[in-house]
Amino acid sequence: MLIGKPPDIPSSEITSRAAYFRYLSRRRFLKSAAAAGAGALGAGRLAEIFDPATRALAGTKLETVKSPLTTTGETLTSYDDITHYNNFYEFGVDKSEPAKNAGALPARPWSVQVEGHVKRPKTFDIDALMKLRPLEDRVYRHRCVEAWSMVIPWVGYSLAEFIKECEPLSSAKYVQFLSYWDRRVEHWGAEQTSISWPYSEGLRMDEAMHPLALLTFGLYGETLPNQDGAPVRIVVPWKYGFKSAKSIVTVRFVDRQPHTTWNDQASNEYGFYSNVNPHVDHPRWSQKVERRIGLPFWEQRKQTLMFNGYTDQVAYLYQGMDLRKNF
Amino acid sequence: MKRSILILLKTATWVACLWPLGKLAWEAAANTLGPDPTATITFTTGATTLNLLTIGLALTPARKLIPRLGWLVKFRRLAGLFAFFYATLHLTAYVALYAGFSAGAMAADLARRRFIVMGLAGWLLLLPLAATSTRWAIRTLGGKRWNQLHRLVYAAAVCGVIHYWWQVKPGVLTPLTITVLLGLLLAARPVLGWAEHRKMRMRGAAAD
Repeated sequence: MLIGKPPDIPSSEITSRAAYFRYLSRRRFLKSAAAAGAGALGAGRLAEIFDPATRALAGTKLETVKSPLTTTGETLTSYDDITHYNNFYEFGVDKSEPAKNAGALPARPWSVQVEGHVKRPKTFDIDALMKLRPLEDRVYRHRCVEAWSMVIPWVGYSLAEFIKECEPLSSAKYVQFLSYWDRRVEHWGAEQTSISWPYSEGLRMDEAMHPLALLTFGLYGETLPNQDGAPVRIVVPWKYGFKSAKSIVTVRFVDRQPHTTWNDQASNEYGFYSNVNPHVDHPRWSQKVERRIGLPFWEQRKQTLMFNGYTDQVAYLYQGMDLRKNF
Repeated sequence: MKRSILILLKTATWVACLWPLGKLAWEAAANTLGPDPTATITFTTGATTLNLLTIGLALTPARKLIPRLGWLVKFRRLAGLFAFFYATLHLTAYVALYAGFSAGAMAADLARRRFIVMGLAGWLLLLPLAATSTRWAIRTLGGKRWNQLHRLVYAAAVCGVIHYWWQVKPGVLTPLTITVLLGLLLAARPVLGWAEHRKMRMRGAAAD
């Protein structure tokens, strides 16, 4: 894909919301019918069907515009899978837990604190933040360090646009993102892991300023469900998913590389850069192949692309760097 | 125990042991294995292996603590063989779905990834136990040697648990429950052995 090339997904391939919901209710019905048939309709699934609070997570429709930076030629992962297969450890380490538990996240009211090496610290209210620039539809491949992948139609605008509003000083070399953390709200993260919260991630300034790096407010044309990082998150499509911090409360401009959560946990496994790279294996598994989510098990295996397929756009950021050392 | 009750219990055990596989097959057919079917299949078969090993290792301490439960020994082989069965399915899932039958990919994994090595070691330790599970093998080996050989199951269980810990991300505590359970069951053996030894000595002393 080249920057500037118009999206070549025929509009007929993009699922309309109405069709999508028809699909969803049909799928839910089939699922529950199958489960009931087996005599094993789980309480969790029952709650999902009947509890309106679970359905309220689905979000509100957003006004969006097209973007030349969208990824083309990929089949979108279903809304159901994007919202029910999440790594959001604050709400539980099992991938099905965030969808059940993230309702506890107080996504409104919300504000983002900007601090550190900036002209002056600022606070952005979420509603003002969403109106700062037109919201764009951006389809991106999403590659998790655990070797699974999705294709997600995000909604947001370039992080660079937000950074301009933050007025960082020239001494700001990196930008750090801190996620929401409240032990009383997110007790799962404290109970199931030994991670020192809040979740911290970071980018080098030139990475953060790259137009593909997205300040994200929605997916499938609607506001983010809580389990996907509501109300605002980062999406960096050429890096492993954990680099894309969710539910951001603090953006801090710093003069040296910030500490990042997974790097703190195991620096030999999760590098600061963590660019998608099929040539550098994770110590515990190969990164050459990935499993595409939502396909039958015999069709899931796919070759992983350098920079997750965004080489043409981002490779220049790392010119002269040894990506084996700076993994 | 009455023969009819034994047959009933054995049938129930077979059904219970085949349940996880049946559920996987049903969900594969209905396309409800979840967003990542490969991971579901691999996790389910691996976790079932560890669960069955744990149940199998609980039978002997239970018998020793409660002598009335002596008949539990009749279920040990079934638990062990089903543990091996699920371990084999787990290994097959890796070979087919993760390595894509590529010998090169598997060799690279074995050279670089200790959790793969540990998992394979566990399976290799279970292999001779499954192979010598027949009455004929017990007779040929002799009870004492057969018993010694089958102590390998302790090592296999330890390999399985380490394999689990090395597979999850550092800081994730999901393997904790099964580790504590298996740890208690393994520790119970020397403790119960010591208690038995003491009881016999006391009895011996009383007879003097």
